[in-house]
Amino acid sequence: MKFTLSWLKDHLETDATLDQIVEKLTALGLEVESVEDRSKELAPFRVAHVVSAEKHPDADKLRVLVVDTGTEKLQVVCGAPNARVGLKGVFAPEGTYVPGSDITLKKGVIRGVESNGMMCSERELKLSEEHNGIIELPDDAPVGVPFAEYAGLGDPVIDISLTPDRADCAGVRGIARDLAAAGLGRLKPLMDGPLNAEPVKGSFPSPLGVSIERPDACPMFVGRTIRGVKNGPSPKWLRDKLTAIGLRPISALVDITNYLTFDSARPLHVFDADKVKGGILVRMGRPGETLKALNGKEYELDGEMTVVADHERAESLAGIVGGEDTGCTDATVNVFVEAALFDPVRTAQTGRRLGAESDARYRFERGVDPAAVVQGMERATRLILEICGGEASELVVAGQEPEWHRTLPLRPGRVASLGGVDLPRDEQVRILMDLGCTIEREDVDGTLRIVPPSWRADIHGEADLVEEVLRVHGFDAIPATPLPRDSVLTRPALSTKQRRVGLAKRTLAVRGLSEAVTWSFMSAPVAELFGGVDAGLKLLNPISADLDVMRPSILGNLIQAAGRNADRGLADIGLFEVGPAFRKPTPDGQDIVAAGIRAGNAVPRHWAVKARGVDAFDAKADALAVLEAAGAPTANLQVTTDAPNWYHPGRSGVLRLGPTVMARFGEIHPLVLDTLGVKGPVVGFEVFLDAIPLPKKKGGTAKPLVQLSPFQPVERDFAFAVGKDVEADKIVRAAKGADKALVKDVAVFDVYQGPGVEEGKKSVAVSVTLQPTDRTLTEEDIEAIGQKIVAAVAKATGGSLRA
Amino acid sequence: MLDALKDELLSQVNAASDLAALEEVRVTALGKKGRITGFMKELGGLSPDERRERGQQLNALKDEIATAIDARKADLARAHLEARLAAERIDVTLPTRPETEGRIHPISQTIDEMVAIFAEMGFSVAEGPDVEDDFHNFTALNFPPGHPARDMHDTFYLPDAGDKKMLLRTHTSPVQVRTMLNKKPPIRIIAPGRTYRSDYDMTHTPMFHQIEGLVIDEATNMGHLKGCLIEFCRAFFDVDDLPLRFRPSFFPFTEPSAEVDIGCSRKGGELKLGNYGDWLEILGCGMVHPNVLEACGIDSTKYQGFAFGMGIERVAMLKYGIPDLRTFFEADLRWLKHYGFVPLDVPSMAQGLTR
Repeated sequence: MKFTLSWLKDHLETDATLDQIVEKLTALGLEVESVEDRSKELAPFRVAHVVSAEKHPDADKLRVLVVDTGTEKLQVVCGAPNARVGLKGVFAPEGTYVPGSDITLKKGVIRGVESNGMMCSERELKLSEEHNGIIELPDDAPVGVPFAEYAGLGDPVIDISLTPDRADCAGVRGIARDLAAAGLGRLKPLMDGPLNAEPVKGSFPSPLGVSIERPDACPMFVGRTIRGVKNGPSPKWLRDKLTAIGLRPISALVDITNYLTFDSARPLHVFDADKVKGGILVRMGRPGETLKALNGKEYELDGEMTVVADHERAESLAGIVGGEDTGCTDATVNVFVEAALFDPVRTAQTGRRLGAESDARYRFERGVDPAAVVQGMERATRLILEICGGEASELVVAGQEPEWHRTLPLRPGRVASLGGVDLPRDEQVRILMDLGCTIEREDVDGTLRIVPPSWRADIHGEADLVEEVLRVHGFDAIPATPLPRDSVLTRPALSTKQRRVGLAKRTLAVRGLSEAVTWSFMSAPVAELFGGVDAGLKLLNPISADLDVMRPSILGNLIQAAGRNADRGLADIGLFEVGPAFRKPTPDGQDIVAAGIRAGNAVPRHWAVKARGVDAFDAKADALAVLEAAGAPTANLQVTTDAPNWYHPGRSGVLRLGPTVMARFGEIHPLVLDTLGVKGPVVGFEVFLDAIPLPKKKGGTAKPLVQLSPFQPVERDFAFAVGKDVEADKIVRAAKGADKALVKDVAVFDVYQGPGVEEGKKSVAVSVTLQPTDRTLTEEDIEAIGQKIVAAVAKATGGSLRA
Repeated sequence: MLDALKDELLSQVNAASDLAALEEVRVTALGKKGRITGFMKELGGLSPDERRERGQQLNALKDEIATAIDARKADLARAHLEARLAAERIDVTLPTRPETEGRIHPISQTIDEMVAIFAEMGFSVAEGPDVEDDFHNFTALNFPPGHPARDMHDTFYLPDAGDKKMLLRTHTSPVQVRTMLNKKPPIRIIAPGRTYRSDYDMTHTPMFHQIEGLVIDEATNMGHLKGCLIEFCRAFFDVDDLPLRFRPSFFPFTEPSAEVDIGCSRKGGELKLGNYGDWLEILGCGMVHPNVLEACGIDSTKYQGFAFGMGIERVAMLKYGIPDLRTFFEADLRWLKHYGFVPLDVPSMAQGLTR
């Protein structure tokens, strides 16, 4: 919402400086976005007179002008088609910064002719987009006077960003009222000049009548015919006001409606009455109906959109934009003025559906003052009669002013108990009354019964009244109070599950993976590679086809990220992300997953160690480290080989606790990599953090007692020949199970296939640690346990001890 | 005569160039057939007085030679070791065996910092789903249907589930709603998480992170809101006198509502936080609207409190001087190495928030 300082002063009698006003506006919640003082920016630009204009000796389209700047006569080369002798325009000397083209003028020689400045277009001065020729000023424009002063641009323009609740401040008057309440002056009455809202007595009944089909869409419509008007350019004061805030003056009739839109948030429309057939009917659009609007667009209407129609067709999109067919032109003689109320929600929906923005919509969708419809009509009538002449009819009123009175309680103590600042009752009352509230009564307990003004549809209850009082008094005055602590010591802010997330992240980072945060979205084809998504997880309005479904797995995003990094020369990479993966569109349909990938070399070329590529065991180690950090019983996990099909079928595994999947890991399937355009090998893992059981805290914080044996542990190696498909884990488990008390650890240290081992078999060597607890083991003891181990492994795997 | 022997033997000891030569000297002097041993054998033929005197002299000689041999032995061993060590020299300028350390993403680190601060003020962390319905994201938060404020949210929609309109949460406020529906006051939570809006340009990404705070009890007022946020901002940005400005604003779910600016300077195109006279908006807040309390089953005549919300990327960018929002989500390893945090740098109020 833009307005000028002088426009504000039409409504506000004040001695405050611009700075004070700007500061107070922000303090009131009318956040000042910018203050533009065009007179500063345009200071070097002056009114000038073209004394002579000759064709450039060396260019057909250029002219050599002599320009009288008021102080001197300068030669200027100009390419504008309208540059001619006698023209009054706007001149910028060399050294001037030209805001519209963002350049600083230098003395130049154009095709051999010296040029000492420039005659400017509207675009160069940022007045409009007009750039077909240079500005032409009326003949009486005084040469040498600063252009900003001449054009009435010497007035600071304030732009505030308006929150959606403040419909009243979409007009200068509402802003002035807030400032007055906050002590920055006095709100002037609607009495003099363009503010005059005294009713105009009609001298004839309006030939055009109004009827409303749907009062819910249009509760009230006030109309009036004015005959015998003469349309044309507006007077300078009106043009200047509009130009200053970036509106283009069009014609007096249109400018008057724009003026009232910004002055009092009261949009109006003026029909050319001679083009309206029969009468005015406010109705819903009809299927197939179209409207050619004044903004040059054609809209397709439907039954949800309110239109103002005549007896033949829709003539305007209610509350948004007028129609071209009944628009006013310079030839217009008789007009029909509309001041109406349209349903905010419907107006917003219509505007959104049609993509139709307008100053009228901006106000109607926030809510126009329901009690000022007639007042707006009277002000418009007065302005039209004054500027365009003519004779006004009596008012036509359809519908009625909707009931807006409501009485809200305010306990004055509430300002302290909710707002935190103690303010005397009388000051609260003063503020509310300055904002337009009335005090209906005061209860015996001191509760005030407040009626908010008609223009404040946003005030609904006590909290709103407290806000009004606080806002005008100033949020700065609220003392900052520390939050009382309910315990002396800080208590944990995280649950066990939440803590695991941080532990998983920092564990993976310690292991060399860097944390990525990627979109929760991915493209549907990529999602298909990772099991696809539920139909309920496909976005109806994705931002792009790349991001059109919720990701079923994080891996796809990480693999693509690895590809992008490889393109930048970083092929050896480890990335992880801990975040959601989506199964179903329900609150419990998303899982917290710690996923990661490694690509390229696990060990790069190095003088001391052998280089090697990443393999499934890197991913398995990552997965186990996360599980361990998160408190999963890793010793009890089983490994199965049924990982989903985005993994290599022979080089992947699933870590389970009983039937529950804790994690999966392995090489990514080469076809997945191909489809994603990423060079392999890439290995990955996914750990389902929510699946990890919570620790049982029955016994308090104590850990089980540790038994540290004083007796020497014994290590013995065994090499077994087993079928080549026998999983090493079976041997380990069998060996461990051979004597649970004595066998402390079993570690695989060699796997071999080749000469010396029978075809179809492999050799698996394990080192077994025996830990006695009550005596030192004798050779016989060790021999006996060795035999038990061999027997157990043979039973479990069919393997035998290698000779 | 013994003096001459002593000089001779000592010079032999000192002349021995290795352990073998030294052993030879030892045998010559002290062996079974050694010269000192030989003199010892002759003692038997002497008178008791002579024997005692001679014996003492011989023993002294024997000890002196033995000591000299041991000393020489140690010298030789040291020289030998020194020679070996000199031969074992390596090039210590060679690089170590490859190790990589990953980094923690600035978003995670920032959330951890925020949790550390708010934990001190008695908040605990609450979470909720990213896929939400219209009720939790809008209706319960006092967004009337068709209200322009819904427009401002650029919502991503999913197919309806029965009569529920499904969407991606546009803010973390639905976590407030879920918390209030499930828990009786007093409530003091923060809710960090992913949020989604259909907007993608220099300063917007379709996914970003917010942290939301909620305090509900019988007495918390706007002064507490100010106190809480001032403490937070000063601790988080590590500027003790950071000024905060509370400006009236509008959010459907709070009344009164405020936007909060922190003090800064933009002189010379460089942003600096502190008491420099200029302002930068960082968060929105207010007293929870009675309609929201009622929609969540909380008696608004008895309970009240405040809520606030801020963008995590935005404050991370401010705190750590990260210029471009979009880079947060590109997983560019160079960026992660540069702006990321070492894994054991866990923020805590006791050990410090920022290294």
